[in-house]
Amino acid sequence: MKSKTIKVDYLARVEGEGSLYVKIKDNSVVDVKLKIFEPPRFFEAFLHGRTFSEAPDIAARICGICPIAYQMSAIHAMEDAFGVKVDGQLRALRRLIYCGEWIESHALHIYMLHAPDFLGYADVVQMAKDYPEIVKRGLQLKKTGNEIVALLGGREIHPINVRVGGFYKVPTRRELDPLAERLKWARDAALETTRWVATLPFPEFEYDYEFVALYHPDEYPFNEGRLVSNKGLNISVNKYDEYFIEEHMPHSNALHSVLKERGAYLVGPLARYNLNFERLSPLAQEAAHSAGLSSVCYNPFQSIIIRSVETLYACDEALRIINQYEKPETSSVPVEPHAATGYGCTEAPRGILFHRYRVDDKGIILDAKIVPPTAQNQKSIENDLWQFIPKHLNLSHEELTLKCEQVIRNYDPCISCATHFLKLKIDRE
Amino acid sequence: MAIKRKPKLAVWKFASCDGCQLSLLDCEDELLGVADRINIAYFLEASRDTVKGPYDISLVEGSITTQHDAEHIQKIRKSSKLLVAIGACATAGGIQALRNFKDVKDFISVVYASPKYIDTLDKSTPISSHVHVDFELQGCPINKRQLLEVLSAFLHGRKPNTPPHSVCIECKRRGTVCVMVAQGIPCLGPVTHAGCNAICPSYCRGCYGCYGPKETSNTGSLSSRFTRLGMNDENIVRSFRNFYATSEPFRKESEVHNHL
Ligand code: SF4
Repeated sequence: MKSKTIKVDYLARVEGEGSLYVKIKDNSVVDVKLKIFEPPRFFEAFLHGRTFSEAPDIAARICGICPIAYQMSAIHAMEDAFGVKVDGQLRALRRLIYCGEWIESHALHIYMLHAPDFLGYADVVQMAKDYPEIVKRGLQLKKTGNEIVALLGGREIHPINVRVGGFYKVPTRRELDPLAERLKWARDAALETTRWVATLPFPEFEYDYEFVALYHPDEYPFNEGRLVSNKGLNISVNKYDEYFIEEHMPHSNALHSVLKERGAYLVGPLARYNLNFERLSPLAQEAAHSAGLSSVCYNPFQSIIIRSVETLYACDEALRIINQYEKPETSSVPVEPHAATGYGCTEAPRGILFHRYRVDDKGIILDAKIVPPTAQNQKSIENDLWQFIPKHLNLSHEELTLKCEQVIRNYDPCISCATHFLKLKIDRE
Repeated sequence: MAIKRKPKLAVWKFASCDGCQLSLLDCEDELLGVADRINIAYFLEASRDTVKGPYDISLVEGSITTQHDAEHIQKIRKSSKLLVAIGACATAGGIQALRNFKDVKDFISVVYASPKYIDTLDKSTPISSHVHVDFELQGCPINKRQLLEVLSAFLHGRKPNTPPHSVCIECKRRGTVCVMVAQGIPCLGPVTHAGCNAICPSYCRGCYGCYGPKETSNTGSLSSRFTRLGMNDENIVRSFRNFYATSEPFRKESEVHNHL
């Protein structure tokens, strides 16, 4: 009986801390454990007792990589609770700042976290020695995303300008002009990026996932829409709790989200793309086709192409928003709190981020529930490993370990997010 | 003392959101240059290659919330010549230190339907409660310009230039009209450490103190001002209990107004 184990004690190039344990016996996989050992920070607990207006800035601190997503889900949940509708240019500005976060976060993952796997480097600094121009392009692309967030939000990480009802201050048309110039460059750079990532070597691997994403009839989704899947799910966001549950896996410190009676599902770029291809801009659709993708894609390794296509879309969409922008008369609409429960779900770069708040008549939070994308993808990540490893047992230990890490990094997992709600029994080897 | 050979940098993470260490990757124009001059020896968010210690500089993000982490920081201290704590979590316990005002078991039971044994300490504490810290850079998140300044100062063997004055001074320098005087918006600027370049007031919003208290801060007189602006005690408590809730001046001031 031959048995071997693959252990990665600290996964690198993911946000937060996790580890991987795989056990192989007689050429078959007998155990896969993706462990998350970030310490819990109890966000839901201390949101209790805070006012509704504080939720966006507090929730943002769950994740420094996608603070806009946390702010957007929080404000939409509160606006849902109070029956507030934010429309017109204010709504467009929210899409614009979200474009910034997608560009920044996707460029970080494509160039700095994911591409080194495909090309055999430990990190982007080593990769830059052989591909200096490509890495510089990636960094500048990332910077453009950050510039959008900083201009609209005040700073890149934990922006300060987003509030329930709108913004504290809205930009003038003139202030957005320099961004438009940068974005024209970025759109070309994103197009180059899709061409470049299409040339990377992709392992053959497909899986019949249940994809879950927001669906909006007119737009590629950011802040609004119904929750749909390729296997028949079609619900409004406030029905989330009826269809999704969290299971506690004895081996893991975090909860796994599953669809009731159906099991694992996948959120993020792959899911959005498969469910919303028709609503990408023509330029983004064309780039996807030139990169060899049809309107469906079941290979998680190719998520790097889809992130590039989405980056291109975000540049395109940001330019469209800036071109039609006129400064609105007010920077926010009035908000009158009353006792209610509100639901919000938006498309973080890594997939749907669900928030639910129950507030009293003064707008004080009575309870909060937050389900980040990585928690929802955990089960799919483990499933992928179960499928992938048996087909690659001929690889050396080192190569197989690297490939397993790559399978995990396909999801751009953000463990800081996934852990804020940990159910803990830390089991350290 | 200036360091001659290529110095070794390590970046560590405890309970945090990753935002402060991300600031380093957000230096898009400087990153490759920094990597030329510094050997980034341990930085898991960016690289799967790790070089063993000792390290010339360790940047530490996050607060200590578990027994395991309390032991780990001791090891990090031993293998680091200079240890720099970055961000509100590492310098004051961060937003997760709000648990320090409650019984942590209550917190656990709010989040978890059936509270089980959870490996967590009662309090979230800054790095300086556990080991000697050579320098603290405040902010939630830190300012990346200040981070570069700190790195370059230590490389040249000088003291980092991070002004200790208030956010108010930064508003004056920028020429931002005071939002509290002109619009009656409550603002923590007068008691908050500079470093962000007074972003909030320039966006018509009061400072919410995410850079923590400045050295000598008259929180009492600011609270009286807040009361005159119509803020009740509950909201005064909330405004001091955020990202620097357990820092001495903010904690004390919040306790004065807390009647629960
Ligand atoms: S100080 Fe703020 S930005 Fe920095 S790690 Fe902690 S929560 Fe994140």
